[in-house]
Amino acid sequence: MFYREAGDFKKTYSADNQTFPIKIDRVGYYLALVVAFLVIPFVINDYWANAILLPFLIYSIAAIGLNILVGYCGQVSLGTGGFMAVGAYACYKLMTSFPDVNIFFHVILSGGITGMVCVLFGLPSLRIKGFYLAVATLAAQFFLVWLFNRVPWFYNNSASGQINAPERMVFGVPVTGPNTEAWATYLFCLVFLVLSAIIARNLTRGMAGRKWMAIRDMDIAAEIIGVNPLKAKISAFAVSGFFVGISGALFFALYLGAVEVGEAFGITKSFLVLFMIIIGGLGSIFGSFAGAAFLVLLPVVLKVVGVDMLGWPTDIVAHLQLVIVGGLIIMFLILEPHGLAQLWRVAKQKLRLWPFPH
Amino acid sequence: MKTKFATMAVAAVMAAAPAMADLVFPSLSYRTGPYAAGGIPFADGYADYFTLLNERDGGIGGVPTRLLECETGYNTEKGVECYESTKGEGALVYQPLSTGITYQLIPKTTADNIPMHTMGYGRTSAANGKVFSHTFNYPGSYWNGASGAVNYLLAENGGDLKGHKIALVYHNSAYGKEPIRTLEELQKKHGFELSLMPVDHPGQEQKSQWLQIRREKPDTVLMWGWGVMNQVAIQEAANIRFPMENFIGIWWSGAEHDVLSAGAKANGYKALTFHNVGRDFPVFDDIQKHVVDTGKAAGAGDQIGNVLYNRGMYAAMLAAEAAKTAQEIHGTADINAGQMRDGMEALSITEEKMTALGMPNFGPSFDVSCENHGGPGLVGVTQWDADNQTWSLISEFAETDQEVIGALIAEDSNAYASENNIEMGCK
Repeated sequence: MFYREAGDFKKTYSADNQTFPIKIDRVGYYLALVVAFLVIPFVINDYWANAILLPFLIYSIAAIGLNILVGYCGQVSLGTGGFMAVGAYACYKLMTSFPDVNIFFHVILSGGITGMVCVLFGLPSLRIKGFYLAVATLAAQFFLVWLFNRVPWFYNNSASGQINAPERMVFGVPVTGPNTEAWATYLFCLVFLVLSAIIARNLTRGMAGRKWMAIRDMDIAAEIIGVNPLKAKISAFAVSGFFVGISGALFFALYLGAVEVGEAFGITKSFLVLFMIIIGGLGSIFGSFAGAAFLVLLPVVLKVVGVDMLGWPTDIVAHLQLVIVGGLIIMFLILEPHGLAQLWRVAKQKLRLWPFPH
Repeated sequence: MKTKFATMAVAAVMAAAPAMADLVFPSLSYRTGPYAAGGIPFADGYADYFTLLNERDGGIGGVPTRLLECETGYNTEKGVECYESTKGEGALVYQPLSTGITYQLIPKTTADNIPMHTMGYGRTSAANGKVFSHTFNYPGSYWNGASGAVNYLLAENGGDLKGHKIALVYHNSAYGKEPIRTLEELQKKHGFELSLMPVDHPGQEQKSQWLQIRREKPDTVLMWGWGVMNQVAIQEAANIRFPMENFIGIWWSGAEHDVLSAGAKANGYKALTFHNVGRDFPVFDDIQKHVVDTGKAAGAGDQIGNVLYNRGMYAAMLAAEAAKTAQEIHGTADINAGQMRDGMEALSITEEKMTALGMPNFGPSFDVSCENHGGPGLVGVTQWDADNQTWSLISEFAETDQEVIGALIAEDSNAYASENNIEMGCK
C-alpha cells in the first residue's frame, strides 16, 4: 500500500538503475546515513562504541570483503583471520615506520598490501575448486599466523610478541591509542564502512561483479562467453583482500589497540566472518551488514538479558550463548538457506503487494 | 493491585540500583573455555573473600563490597567488552587474570584513571611505577619467576650451571614469551644452554615438543603454561619418563588440577610460587563458617585450599587492604578509583597484618612505592606429593636477581615510555 514503485517515475537510465529504486528505501537509506553521521556521534558513549558499534562496523567491512569472494565469486575462503592479520600487521609496521603520515592512508595502504597477499594465496584457485580451495586458504590462515608469531621484524622485536597501536591523529583528534573519544573512533570506522559498502555495491553490479557471478554460477560457461577466469578470480581475491585488510587494520588500531596474532586472528575469526555472511546472506551487501549485526549483537544481548537482568551465573550464560548461537545457525540453514538478506527480500516483496496479496 | 505494583516497582528500583555507596570490585573471570580449569578456582577465591568481608565485617571500613563478575573466556575482545560494561559502575580495580587482556587495558585504565593489579602476570616492566602509573604487579612478576627458577637450579647444582641444558616449554603468546628475555640474559651470566619450545593455543598438541625433549635430553624443563596445556605437558612428560623433579612450572602451572590427571606419575613435579599453599590458615575456617556453610560461596565450595583458590583469595586480600589504605589516606570510607590507586601505591603488607587477617606467613611482607610497583619479587618452590595429593613448599621465599631484572625493566619500560610519549612520574 505504502511501499511500492507506482508513481515513482524515472526519466533516465541511471535513475532507473540506482541502488534503491523505491522512494521509501531511498529515504530510509539517507535517513540511516543522517542518523549514523549526525545523531549517533553525539549520543555515543564508551560502552556503545567499544562493545557494540566498533565491532559491528569493522566486522561489516570484513563480511563485505569475504562476501565478494565467497558470495559473488564463489571461491570459498577460510583464510579471513590470516588476511585480517596481514592488514593489522601492515598497519602496525606503517604506523611505526612512517609516524608522520596520516593514519587514514595507512589503513588504505594496509588494505592494498592485504589485497596483494590475498592474490598470492588466490593463485591456486585457478587450478583447484570447492573444498580443495577451502583447504588451500586454510593453509594461508595457519601460515600467516605462524609467520607473524615467528618473525620478530613484524612486531618490532618487542619482548612479548604483541603489537600496540601508538597514538595517531586525524585533524588533531586522536583516533588510535588510549586517549580516544568514542565518537572519533566511531566516525573513523563509519567513514571506511560507508566507502567500502558503496565501492562494493558498485563493483558488484557492474562489469566486474557480473563476471564474478558468471564464474560463480558456472565457470566453464563463463569462459565460453568470454569471461577470463584468471582476471575474474584474481580480481575477486584482490578486492576481497583489500576490504578484509582494511577491517583487520581497523580491528587492531582502533578497536583492540593491542593484538596477539594467534588469539585475535586465529581460525575462529575466519569461521566467525564466514558464519556472518552465511547467516546474513551470500551475495548480498545488505546481508553482510545483517550477519555482522546479528553475530555481534546476539552475545551482548544474551549477556545483558542473562547476567544483568536475570542474574544468572556468568558461566551458565556463556555456555547458553554457544548453544543458542549454534542452534540459530542450524535453524537458519534449514529454514532460510539464503540468510537474513533473503528474509528481508521476501518481506519487501510481500509488502509491495500488501494488503492485496493477489 | 496498586500496592502490589508499587512494591514491585520499588523492588525493581532497588534491584537495579544497589549502587548506594558500595565498593565495586569487578572480576573479569573465565569459567568457560580451555583455561577455565584455572579460572574457576581463582574467581571463586576472589569472590569468596569479598563475601567474607561483607558477612563478617560488614564490608571494608563499614562500606559493603560488591563484586561484578564478567565472563571473558580468556578472550581479549570479550575482555574489552567486560571492561567497558563494568567501568561505568564505579569499578575500583581491575584484575583480568590474562596477560593478553592486561596489555589491552594498560593504556585504557591509565586514561580512565582506574588502577589495575596484575599479580604475578601481565607486563613485567609495569613494575616501573614512573612509567606505568596505574598498573601494579606486586608481589612478583614473571621475570622474578624466571630468575627464581634459575637461582633454585644454581643452589641445586652447587652454584654452577655451565653446560646445564634448560628447555623452556611455553604458551606461544605474550604470556609465554615474557620470560625469554630474562632467561637469555641469565644464560649469558651463568652459561647454561637454553632451548625454546613454543606450544600453540590452546596447548593440547605437544607431541613434537616432547619428542624433541626426549631427543635433546635437557637437564631441566621449565614450563610457562596455562589451562589445559599444563595437564597435557605433565602427562607427556610422564609418557617419555622425564624425571619429574627436573620439571619446574611457573606459578600458573602448578595447581592440583594440573597434576591430578597424570596420577602417581606426576609425583615430584615442582612449581614456583609467590605465596603459601595448603589450607592450614585460620582465614579458611572463617570462609567455611561465614561463606560456604551459609550457602553464599561463589562456586561449589570445594576449591578451598587449592593453589589457585588461595591465589584468588590473596589477590582479593591485597585489593581489600589497598582499599583500607586508601580510606585512611583520603579520610573517606566511600573511595573512588583514583583514590584506590593512591591506596595501592601506599600499600604496606606486614606479617602482623597478615596474622591479624588469619593468614600468618601466607605471603611476603612488602611496601609498594611510587617507583616500585613490583614488590620484592620473592620466589619459592613447591613440590607435588601424588600420594597425599598435596603441594608443599620445599624452599624459602628467596631473593631473585634484581640486578638483571632491574636493568631489563628499565630498558623495556623506557622503550614503552618513549613510544607512547609518557612523562616520567614520581618526582
